[in-house]
Amino acid sequence: MTTAVHQLDDGAWVSVNDSREVNVSDLWRLARHDFCPCRLADFLAEGFVEVAPDGADVDARVAGQCIQCGASGVTDWLTLGRVDPETGAFRPVVPESTHVPGRRSRLAAPP
Amino acid sequence: MPSKVERWKDETYGMEVRDHLLRFAEDGWDAIPEDEHDAWFERFKWWGLYHQRKGQESYFMMRIGTPMGRMTPEQLRTVGEVAREYATGPVENPEFGEAYADFTTRQSIQLHWIKVEDIPDIWDELESAGLSTIQACGDSWRNIVGSPVAGRDADELIDVWPIVQELHETFKGNDLYTNLPRKWKVAMTGDRRGSGQGDINDLAFEPAIKELDGEEVEGFNVNVGGGLARKEPRFARDIDVFCRPENATDVAAGLSALFRDYGDREDRFNARIKFLVDEWGPEKVRSVLQEEYVDYELPTAGEDLRDEYDYNAGRADAAGDYIGVHDQSDGRNFVGLSVLVGRMAAEDVIDLADLAEAYGSEMIGLTQRQNVIVGDIADEDLDSFLAEPLLSEHSPDPHPFMRGSIACTGTEYCSLSIVETKNRMVRYGRWLRDNVPVPEGVEDFHIHLSGCTASCAQPQIADISLRGMKTRKDGDAVEAFDVGLGGGLGENPQFADWVKMRVPADEVPGYIANLLETYERERAGPEESFRDFVADRDEDDLADLAEGEETSYEDPYLGNTKMTWYPYAEDDDMNASPAPTDGHGEPLPSDD
Repeated sequence: MTTAVHQLDDGAWVSVNDSREVNVSDLWRLARHDFCPCRLADFLAEGFVEVAPDGADVDARVAGQCIQCGASGVTDWLTLGRVDPETGAFRPVVPESTHVPGRRSRLAAPP
Repeated sequence: MPSKVERWKDETYGMEVRDHLLRFAEDGWDAIPEDEHDAWFERFKWWGLYHQRKGQESYFMMRIGTPMGRMTPEQLRTVGEVAREYATGPVENPEFGEAYADFTTRQSIQLHWIKVEDIPDIWDELESAGLSTIQACGDSWRNIVGSPVAGRDADELIDVWPIVQELHETFKGNDLYTNLPRKWKVAMTGDRRGSGQGDINDLAFEPAIKELDGEEVEGFNVNVGGGLARKEPRFARDIDVFCRPENATDVAAGLSALFRDYGDREDRFNARIKFLVDEWGPEKVRSVLQEEYVDYELPTAGEDLRDEYDYNAGRADAAGDYIGVHDQSDGRNFVGLSVLVGRMAAEDVIDLADLAEAYGSEMIGLTQRQNVIVGDIADEDLDSFLAEPLLSEHSPDPHPFMRGSIACTGTEYCSLSIVETKNRMVRYGRWLRDNVPVPEGVEDFHIHLSGCTASCAQPQIADISLRGMKTRKDGDAVEAFDVGLGGGLGENPQFADWVKMRVPADEVPGYIANLLETYERERAGPEESFRDFVADRDEDDLADLAEGEETSYEDPYLGNTKMTWYPYAEDDDMNASPAPTDGHGEPLPSDD
C-alpha cells in the first residue's frame, strides 16, 4: 500500500493518507542529536518543513526550538509514526518519549 | 519539481472550485472523497473556506473579503444574520457566546463552524448583499487593505476608494491572476496617517507627490515584498517607482504577473515575493517590471508623506488608530469603536448595523486594528449616538489596554497556533485595566498577541509583542509567550526586539505590570513614547526592564489547548469531539 504524506497549511500539520495526524505545538524529547547543546532537548515543534514515508515509517524534518536552551532551527529526520501495512492506519509515536533524529535510510524523492 | 500543492492547483483551482463546492454541499460532507481531502481543502481556500483544525473535521472557517474593510450598514447586517444563523458550533465560547464574527487585521470577516451543506445558502445571502468570499484565502489576490474612510477622511492626499474598487474588480475572478505561487497582499494608502500599513504587504502603494512635465502630480510610491510570517519579517522595499492613480491597475497587474511568473513554485516556504526581492534586490524588480510587464516608462519615486504617518506608529503626540470621533471632509464625523480582539457577537453586529442606519450612516469600516468605524454621523446627532447603549460595550473611548489589544484566532480553531489567544487576551486586558496604572499621558498602548510565527496578529509591530510558545513550569509543559518590545510603523518602521523568551502565560500580566512601572519611573517624561523608550536602550537593558511574575491573574488555558478538540468544551478530550458531523450537526458514524 502506498502511503500519501503531506505537510500542509504552512507546515501546521502532517497528513497521512488524507487524514490529519500530527500537529505542531507538541514537545518532543530528542536524544543523541545535534540540534542544540542540551543532552536531552525539549523541542517545541513549530512547523513541519519536510515529510516523507520511509518504508512503513513516516518521517519529518521539523522547525522549532528547544525550550531549555532556546536554540531554534530544523531537526534532522524524526519518525512521527508508522503506517500499519495491513490496514493503512497511522500509529503515532508519543512525542514526550525520547526520540533520536537521524538521517533517512532512503531518499525522500527519487534521484 | 513543483510542490504537491502546485500539482493540486494545476488540476483544479480558482472559479471552477465553486462548482465542486456546490456539488459537495448538495451531497454532504461524506461526498468529499476521503483520499482527496488534502487536495480539496487546499482548493477550497480560494473560495474563502479553511478547514478547521484537528478535532473539528467537517467544520470550516469562512472568510469574507471586504476591500478596505468597507461595507454598508445593510452589508454589515447581512454578516450578522449569517453569523447568527450559520456560525454556531457544538459548544459556546465562554467569552463570546454562541455566534460571533471576527474582524481581522486585514479588514476581512471570519466566521467559524461553517458546514459545507450550508455554503450555497450563505453565498446566496452574502452575494445578494454584494459581499463575497472569493479569493479570501489561497494563492491569489487577497483582500485589498487601506483606510475604510478614504474619501471621507479630512486628513488625506488622495481618495483611493475608486482605485481600490477598480483593483478589486480587475483582479478578483481574473484567470490571469487566479493561480499565483502564494498569497498576494496589497495595501493602498491615500491618507496622511499611513493607515494602509503598506510596509507589511507584498505590494504597497504609498501616497507621494512627484513633479512630472513641470506639474506636481499626486500619486503613489510603490514598495514591494513586505510581510511578517515565519520569523522572516520584511518591510516592503522601495523599488523607486512613482505611479499616477490612473496607472495603479497596470502597475499592480505587472507586479502580480511578475510574481506569478518568477515566484518559487517548488518550495512554498520560499514562495512569497519578499524572498524574490531578497534574491533579486529592488533594482532588478524594477527593471524586470519595466522591461517585461509595463508598456510605459516608469517614473522614479516621488516625495513621500511618511513623516506624517501616525497609524500604529507608537508616537506620543498622536493616537495610532481610528478610535474616537474624527472629522470628515464633508463636515460630518466618523466614529471609531473598540472591538476587543476584533470579535463581536452576532447580535451586536446586527444592532450596530441598525444603529448606523438609524443615524444615516452609509459606511461601516473595519480597521487593521480589528476595530470598527461608523461613518457619516452629523454634528447634531453626535451626542445621542455616543450615548447609545451599544457603545458602552464597543466604546469610542476605551481603556488604553482594551483599546490597543489585538489577537489572532489561536488554538480555538487554527492548526498552526501554539497557544490559546483571543479569550486569553480578553482576560489579560481586563486584568490590566483593573490592576495596572496607566502611565501618565498614555492613551493608546498596543499589545499584539499572536499564537505562532505566522504573525496574523502582527506581533512584530506593537509596543508589546506576544508570540505563542511553550515552556515548563514546575516540570509541566505550559503555554507561554516570547515577548518583544518597541515595534511599530510610521516614518521609520521598526520590528520589535525580542527581549524575553518563554514567559509562562500566567506570568505575562505580571510582566507587563512590572514593565510599565519601570517605564513610568525611568522615562524622560510623558513626551517620551514607549517605543522611543525602548529604542533608547540596548538588548541587555531591555531584558532587564522587567521579569514575569505570578499575580492575581488566573489563566484557565495554561495546559496544552491544542490537545483538546475545543478548549472550552466541558469534556475537551480529542476523543470527545462530535466531529465530523452532518449538515444538522449530528456526528457521522466513524469508520474505526
